[in-house]
Amino acid sequence: MAVAAKDFLGVDCDVHPTVPDIRVLLPYLDEHWRETMIEREVNLESQSYPPNAPLSARPDWRRTDGRAGTDVKQLTEITLDRFGASLAILNCIYGVQLVMNEDMATALTRALNDWIVKEWLDRDQRLRASIVVPLQNVERAVEEIERRAGDPRFVQVLVLAMGETPLGRRHLWPIWAACEKHKLPIGIHAGSAYRHPVTSLGWPSTYVEDYSAQSLGFQGQVASLITEGVFQKFPTLKVVLIESGVTWLPAFLWRLGKFWRGVRVEVPWLDRPPAEIMRDHFRLTVQPLDGPDDPIAIERALDHLHSDDVLLYASDFPHWQFDGDLPMPAGIPARLHAKIRIDNPLATYPRLGLSAPQRTAGG
Amino acid sequence: MARHVVAKLSEIPPGTRKLVEPAGRPVVVFNVGGRLFALSNRCPHAGGSLFHGKLVGLLEATEPGKYTYSRQSEIIRCPWHSWEFDLATGMSRCDPKTVRVKAYPVDVEPGANNVEGPPKVETFEVSVKDDDVVVTI
Repeated sequence: MAVAAKDFLGVDCDVHPTVPDIRVLLPYLDEHWRETMIEREVNLESQSYPPNAPLSARPDWRRTDGRAGTDVKQLTEITLDRFGASLAILNCIYGVQLVMNEDMATALTRALNDWIVKEWLDRDQRLRASIVVPLQNVERAVEEIERRAGDPRFVQVLVLAMGETPLGRRHLWPIWAACEKHKLPIGIHAGSAYRHPVTSLGWPSTYVEDYSAQSLGFQGQVASLITEGVFQKFPTLKVVLIESGVTWLPAFLWRLGKFWRGVRVEVPWLDRPPAEIMRDHFRLTVQPLDGPDDPIAIERALDHLHSDDVLLYASDFPHWQFDGDLPMPAGIPARLHAKIRIDNPLATYPRLGLSAPQRTAGG
Repeated sequence: MARHVVAKLSEIPPGTRKLVEPAGRPVVVFNVGGRLFALSNRCPHAGGSLFHGKLVGLLEATEPGKYTYSRQSEIIRCPWHSWEFDLATGMSRCDPKTVRVKAYPVDVEPGANNVEGPPKVETFEVSVKDDDVVVTI
């Protein structure tokens, strides 16, 4: 584990490079898929972050075309230079998880990761990235992890909060085995593959319902990963809940823990309460952080996590979660700021230590 | 520690249980295949009556999906919220370090012992039908 030097400002654990148009991916597709995209006029948008939704980009960061986060310069100037971070982890949210055709999804995912390498990682040594995987096919997802694992700038595997099946299900375990093998946390980001309605009630009418329901998706994933025994099978695996809202978690763990006590026999491999497993294996990015305006109330809510190790600094650039230049939410005690910016990310992402920039002498 | 004669063994044949009250404390005596266990009747969680619970085996796992079943009928499941307790130790399965129900020593003695002379613990003989069941609390 690299120990942060004095000039190491920390890690922004959630920033979003924006694919402006599928045309930027065409050079990274093979001839068949390039022709297919052109002939069928395929273009993708993230259904979870439609470009014109206010949340998708802060107004002062939007360019003339309405997009934000489409180039390295803007992203690094804001998230690293202005907000004060030494590294940023790119989580590219594009529509590849929605594609029904496994082969097309695999081709697009590979192209997307190639694009991230060439257009982002190679252009600024302070950038790191998550590997986007085609969960549509477990073997292809493992292959994509193996293809990228040699590049230490990839530090995480990225999936969405709502996919085809709960993430703890065992047919997905080869993917988590590859994650553990290469010291890659699973990053679960808000979003849906839209295989199912985003609420268990059926399809909601509005965007605000969709985005609000994301925390329910996260809840299901926490329950699935814990109860299926993923962390008994992969004891060093970490999971990062990205853009989850955070404060729903303590209440959900009370509920999960309470009912687990009565039906423990369903999951006899659990050797301790779910809340303890959560603290050992789950981490959460701090933007957004759902709570009342009173910072004291937020601090009290965070106390219920019973751990100073679980929060990770993140700006969620360019999503419009806050105004001004202070991504760290009010209510997080100042004594924890350095830990959340530096120590917790370095402990969560072992590969950051492999690829950290040259430290100053004595660092 | 006081010893209390709570029942005749013939009242609690294998596969049954009996609610007794030595010194006014509700205690359940279980006979599991000829072995006796005594637990407080009161579940430490919310006060459910363990006398009314189901006896189940101990389910463990060597890894996810690999189940191991043992000790048939040696775990009592509270009828209210299904918390499990080990008949031998009183320890809960969900939180054994901090949640347990009181378990009492239970012995079987010839009935004559408790009529005259000092109490004397002897080897349990299931064939002797009129032995006394003695709970120490």
